[in-house]
Amino acid sequence: MEYFWAFVIGGAICVIGQLLMDLTSYKFSPAHVLVTFVSAGAIISAFGLYQPLVNLAGAGATVPLSGFGHLLAQGTISGVKQNGLLGAFSGGVTAAAVGITAAVVFGYLAALTFRPRS
Amino acid sequence: MSDSMVISEKQKREYAEIVNQIKPKPRVWCNIFRAFIVGGLICLLGQFILSFFQNRGLNVNEAAAATSATLVFLAAFLTGVGVYDEVSRFGGAGGIVPITGFANSMVSSALEYRAEGLVFGVGSRLFTIAGPVLVWGIVTAWAVGIFYYFFT
Amino acid sequence: MVAPKKNGLQTVWFQNPPVIISTASVAGSREGEGPLGKTFDKIVYDTYYGENTWEKAEKQMMMDAMKKALQKANLQKEDVDFMLAGDLLNQIISAGFSARSMSIPFLGLYGACSTMYEGLALGAMLIDGGFAERVLIATSSHYNTAERQYRFPTELGLQRPMTAQWTVTGAGAALLAREGSGPVITHATIGKVMDMGIGDAQDMGSAMAPAAADTITCHLQDTGRKPDYYDLIITGDLGVFGKKLAEQLVRQNGYEIRDRFADCGVLIYNGSQDVHAGGSGCGCSAVVTCGYLMEQLRTGMYKRFIGIGTGVLLSPCSVQQGETIPGIGHAVVIEMRQGG
Repeated sequence: MEYFWAFVIGGAICVIGQLLMDLTSYKFSPAHVLVTFVSAGAIISAFGLYQPLVNLAGAGATVPLSGFGHLLAQGTISGVKQNGLLGAFSGGVTAAAVGITAAVVFGYLAALTFRPRS
Repeated sequence: MSDSMVISEKQKREYAEIVNQIKPKPRVWCNIFRAFIVGGLICLLGQFILSFFQNRGLNVNEAAAATSATLVFLAAFLTGVGVYDEVSRFGGAGGIVPITGFANSMVSSALEYRAEGLVFGVGSRLFTIAGPVLVWGIVTAWAVGIFYYFFT
Repeated sequence: MVAPKKNGLQTVWFQNPPVIISTASVAGSREGEGPLGKTFDKIVYDTYYGENTWEKAEKQMMMDAMKKALQKANLQKEDVDFMLAGDLLNQIISAGFSARSMSIPFLGLYGACSTMYEGLALGAMLIDGGFAERVLIATSSHYNTAERQYRFPTELGLQRPMTAQWTVTGAGAALLAREGSGPVITHATIGKVMDMGIGDAQDMGSAMAPAAADTITCHLQDTGRKPDYYDLIITGDLGVFGKKLAEQLVRQNGYEIRDRFADCGVLIYNGSQDVHAGGSGCGCSAVVTCGYLMEQLRTGMYKRFIGIGTGVLLSPCSVQQGETIPGIGHAVVIEMRQGG
């Protein structure tokens, strides 16, 4: 069942992104979509509304970039719980460290290894 | 605006109307369907990887992080061999919104600016699109933390 | 005081029409597979053209086109008085770097995708004005160099809207001379920059159509000619939708051009090539004019046509700052004379 929900919820989140691109002004580029999803994910997560989605859909909620926002927000909140104000500065990036480092390292290596084609 | 001295706003509006008659509308339903299928499949793949790591004894958070790293690796590889752009060309937001799309945005620009060197080429271009995402994500999460600190 | 060789508001006419003694076109593989593929002198299948960057490949294509044009006319570069060239890259490096290798006195041009026609108009003026015996004109564009400068990296997954156009990989060169055999340039109409408030950089056809329509109308008014005076009225790279718009705008100005109107960007690809609205770029009108249209004149398909090179004068900076897109169109009349 978790596979079913991962597919449906993951697909549905992407459809929201598609609607944002197709139905808004041309000025709303894919970069804007990504930024919107990260920020929206963090804000929804702050209200405690994203965790239920993760419980239901697993990767369907964590793989879209809104899940990345959720990760950052939850990291900050638990950082604040543990370290107070300083935690607001350390918690988010700590929680997202694996994703960020993976993206930078693999991105760097791919850029060294491959040659762009058309 | 000095432009309006040559062409009036009324003329511009009239022209915009003609353009809208001739310009094709995006095929919204077709795009929605494709975004759903492609995005869903990527998340489904993520779920398989997630279950795999959980079965190997990782806890939920560790497994989720390992899943992200694996997907990022796959997307970086597929971008390098020139396949990922086809995925998004077909799937639209279905290829852009998952973390694989984030990885694609980093690798594609770094790859293409390889000729400009390792510092100003690869080094800075990795963050052409990822930079704004990280900035907005980190600032929003920080604000959430500050809010949490003062109001709960 | 009206200049002696100027006709009406924007049109110049040439007393001794300069002759296009040779042309050459070099195109990429996608263009080569298109319907006009056979009319190009050379097809380059490798987007890198054996170089290590796409920018160098583009420069190499421009060099090839110029050398081929000289070779066809049996001339050396020393026989040419001036070289007029331009391209789409920042600070027109393809043209500048080609000129470095050619060492012909060089004037760099930037008219975005209209550069070929800007060059033909200026080259004809230099010759008819008595300042030059022979002028070499070249322009180029390359899909990959243009994409990464103006839009996004090519490996970035994106959906292109139906109005988006595909930058042509190719270069064209034309050699003009005071005398010789070949088609002649009789008139040129210099376009005004027009901006009707279109801001979407993925819809350049709509941004350019008003400028193209304005130049066509102005040319017909300046010369007192009717559209049927020409066998063909062909714009540079309006694409499918921009072409429809221009046709409609010219009709509103009182001229019907439907039966003889074409667009290089529409002709260069066929519908199955996933290029959406058609081709664009300096190379688009350049390879179609220097390849296909010259062949049509040679074989007698057409006797006389008016080509309108169209361009958008935007930059990535202006787009990000939310500026609307100014367009321009330059027209040149080319005809085959008897015994020419």
